[in-house]
Amino acid sequence: MRGGGLRLTVAVLALAALVLGMPLLKPLFAALYPALERPLYEGDSFLALTADHLALVGASSLTAVVAGIVAGILVTRPAGAEFRGVVEAVATMGQTFPPVAVLALAVPAMGFGPVPALIALTLYALLPIVENTVAGLEGVPDAVLESARGLGMRPFEILWRVELPLAAPVILAGVRTAVVINVGTAAIASTVGVKTLGLPIIIGLNGANQAYVIQGAAVVAALALVLDLGFERLTAMVSRWRRA
Amino acid sequence: MIRNRVLFALAVAAVAAAAALPFLGFAPNRLLSGRPIPLSAALDPPWGLAVLPGVWLLAAPFLRPGRGVALATVGAAVLLASGLLVLAGHHAAQLASSASPAARTSFGSGFWVLEAAALLAALDGIRRLELAPAPRIAVGAGAALLLAAPLLAGQLDQLSILKEYANRRDVFADAVVRHGVIVAAALVPTLVVGVPLGVLAQRRRAVGRVVFPVLNIVQTIPSIALFGLLLAPLSALAGAWPGLGISGVGLWPAVIALTLYSLLPIVRNVAAGLDGVPAPVRQAARGMGMTPAQVFLRVDVPLALPVFLSGLRITLVQAVGLAAVAALIGAGGLGAIMFQGLFANALDLVLLGAVPVILLAVAVDGALRLAVALLGRSPA
Amino acid sequence: MIAFEGVTKRFGPWVAVDDVSFTVEDGAFCVLIGPSGSGKSTLLKTVNRLVVPDAGSIRVDGEDIAALAPEELRRRMGYVIQSVGLFPHWTVERNIATVPALLGWPKARVRDRVTELMELLHLDPERFRNAFPHQLSGGQQQRVGVARALAAEPRILLMDEPFSALDPITRGTLQAELATIHRQTGTTIVFVTHDMDEALKLADRIAVLDHGRLVQYAAPRDILANPAGDFVRDLVGREEWGLKRLAVETAGERARPLNGSVPDGEPLPGDTPLRRALSEMVSRGTDRLAVVDGQGRPAGVLHLSDLVRP
Repeated sequence: MRGGGLRLTVAVLALAALVLGMPLLKPLFAALYPALERPLYEGDSFLALTADHLALVGASSLTAVVAGIVAGILVTRPAGAEFRGVVEAVATMGQTFPPVAVLALAVPAMGFGPVPALIALTLYALLPIVENTVAGLEGVPDAVLESARGLGMRPFEILWRVELPLAAPVILAGVRTAVVINVGTAAIASTVGVKTLGLPIIIGLNGANQAYVIQGAAVVAALALVLDLGFERLTAMVSRWRRA
Repeated sequence: MIRNRVLFALAVAAVAAAAALPFLGFAPNRLLSGRPIPLSAALDPPWGLAVLPGVWLLAAPFLRPGRGVALATVGAAVLLASGLLVLAGHHAAQLASSASPAARTSFGSGFWVLEAAALLAALDGIRRLELAPAPRIAVGAGAALLLAAPLLAGQLDQLSILKEYANRRDVFADAVVRHGVIVAAALVPTLVVGVPLGVLAQRRRAVGRVVFPVLNIVQTIPSIALFGLLLAPLSALAGAWPGLGISGVGLWPAVIALTLYSLLPIVRNVAAGLDGVPAPVRQAARGMGMTPAQVFLRVDVPLALPVFLSGLRITLVQAVGLAAVAALIGAGGLGAIMFQGLFANALDLVLLGAVPVILLAVAVDGALRLAVALLGRSPA
Repeated sequence: MIAFEGVTKRFGPWVAVDDVSFTVEDGAFCVLIGPSGSGKSTLLKTVNRLVVPDAGSIRVDGEDIAALAPEELRRRMGYVIQSVGLFPHWTVERNIATVPALLGWPKARVRDRVTELMELLHLDPERFRNAFPHQLSGGQQQRVGVARALAAEPRILLMDEPFSALDPITRGTLQAELATIHRQTGTTIVFVTHDMDEALKLADRIAVLDHGRLVQYAAPRDILANPAGDFVRDLVGREEWGLKRLAVETAGERARPLNGSVPDGEPLPGDTPLRRALSEMVSRGTDRLAVVDGQGRPAGVLHLSDLVRP
């Protein structure tokens, strides 16, 4: 197995070990923190927390991917070109907004709970995806598009067989950015009433329980790394022709 | 016939929001939810005239496009955005004059949609004017001033977010300063370590091959997790050497984590900036008799500066956001106000923390973009 | 056969093509030539409807192309551009197979056709079949481009300055190969260039364009014999006019019939350009050369004085 595949496998195994085997580490934490009454977070299983976390990240990312790529496509077609400037400006400016602030603003706007958090995460994920979809589609050389038209491909065929495959690495980079940011923001979403891997961390910080904090932090970090490595592999697969 | 589809779409959204969504919300006290107040109810004359520029924005989509129309659109949009603020502030004052001191008036969702539509209309107009980067940012700054005017004039004081501010003036000021301190404190080690590291990485590929993967891993770790993971070693350190003043919570882990996150953009952009200096230019400088140090200072630094400043911009914007998260580990700052509001279900407190954080990030971004744009015009 | 009738195209206030009318015969090699901005590329693109004229019509084999769906029309024509535009993420084989795949050809037929075309364009199938465009040189890429254009056996081939970006040696080789392919397949070719020598070398008929207007439409030797005004003269280049005329006529056309003795020395084939014949005379130090026909039988004698006859 080449380097990339090996690192991903190792990371996945590490994550699985942490998530499933956390209870086995109880003696370790008890020894490190003898003063703590509860050295292991047992409010929910880490498996359930990870599943909830992934559900939030997955749902928001998937929605953002579909909506963002469609928006990026529409804005690079002749009919939608008028909207492109404003859309790009919003996407760029929106990314200067700290994600934690966007998440927090969901509460005055829509209240506590998973739905406002989901909306905030989706909106925030849209930005790099739209920006990168536009950049990726713009990056397809004019000569390639001209010959595709000249050979008799229909507009949809050109989009599906030429533009999107060539833009894929850049689009994937945007999705990767969005997902990794979402993993972190989803952890903070525990402060707005969503049960995610951030919960042990927040509870631990509020209750001076360092063990909880470390446990939650370790799993979140591992999750982010696994997803990032996964996207790296995916991007490599999609741009295989470049390295021939 | 519709000549400007973007403006038309924004106009439709704005009219729909004005009709269907609340402009303000009025609640008798902090704990109860607000009664919605539509825009129509808030248009007390003569203050209602503040939305007059909106008439232009409704007509403009049908006019033949041109510089004059675009300029007028920008002006009208900014005036409308500012006018909406003035209107909201005035109506809040009106409501406050005949209600108990505990009553609060807050911005409704309709207000936000209208503001956003007005600002996007201004953005579209600025784009159509096709200005150079520096004048464009200047116009943006001017618009920001116009929007800040009602705030600074005290016009908005009866709105709930400002009432919260009034209750906590000192705390807020301290939080802003603290937020800045966290960012600035992290910036020093970032530059001291990051810039030389970037220079080294550009000159020796091997350094880059080690440094970049490590920094990339750090960037991938979510901030709250990194803060959490620093907790244990720093606490242990604090336990072993109490005299050093280190702690697992508070300023120390915040500054350390921020530094770690800030290293990647700085190192990467220093290396990329130096990479972009054409070799012939360096060779010519050496040929003229400059020492390596002089070549670095007089050739490399000025030519690499724009890319470096872009990296600095990314770093600082990121740092403002990270400092907000650091409030969770007791570092203080605007994030503390934000999270306090979340934990206590005090929504205007959340706004008091979150909105300034966003404004700060946008301001830092704009300032550095302006710096890069100005640099671009002066000869290298 | 391609008939242009009153074709006009405007981009805003600028007239790119101005009321152009002429006919390209079946199987002819027609070159559109003119300086930058003369409208030659625009005119070419009206044939496959990448550009839609504001006035006038184009008829292919009697049918007005406006009546057809654009994509159907283009799949029946080959199109080659200067920057090649190969699909970077597809192998050479898949690139060449683009239009056959769009037309739904069976896989085996496509595979054979790709092999046939690669051999025609002198690209080793075994070596290049599964290569990606970025692994090829500029000349090789353009060969793939031409192969791709010919894949679906089009009756019309449109070429927009296909060799202009290549080095002179590769350009010369590809020009010769194109001429051979033209002879073998009988495809109607419309070829755009700004290089008069290329036009004189390849064309059956040349259409000279100036600011969108057709200035002259004639065979190369007629353009050289009777240029329509200073514009055409300047385009050809007034220096070495005589040598260019010699380049388009052949030894067989000017040889005198056999009458008595045949000069010594290697005879010239009848289709040798006169320019080459002159070069031979100078090299050998003689003023007469024997000329043979396609089968090698003596056909006549070429005299130096015949070269300068008007």
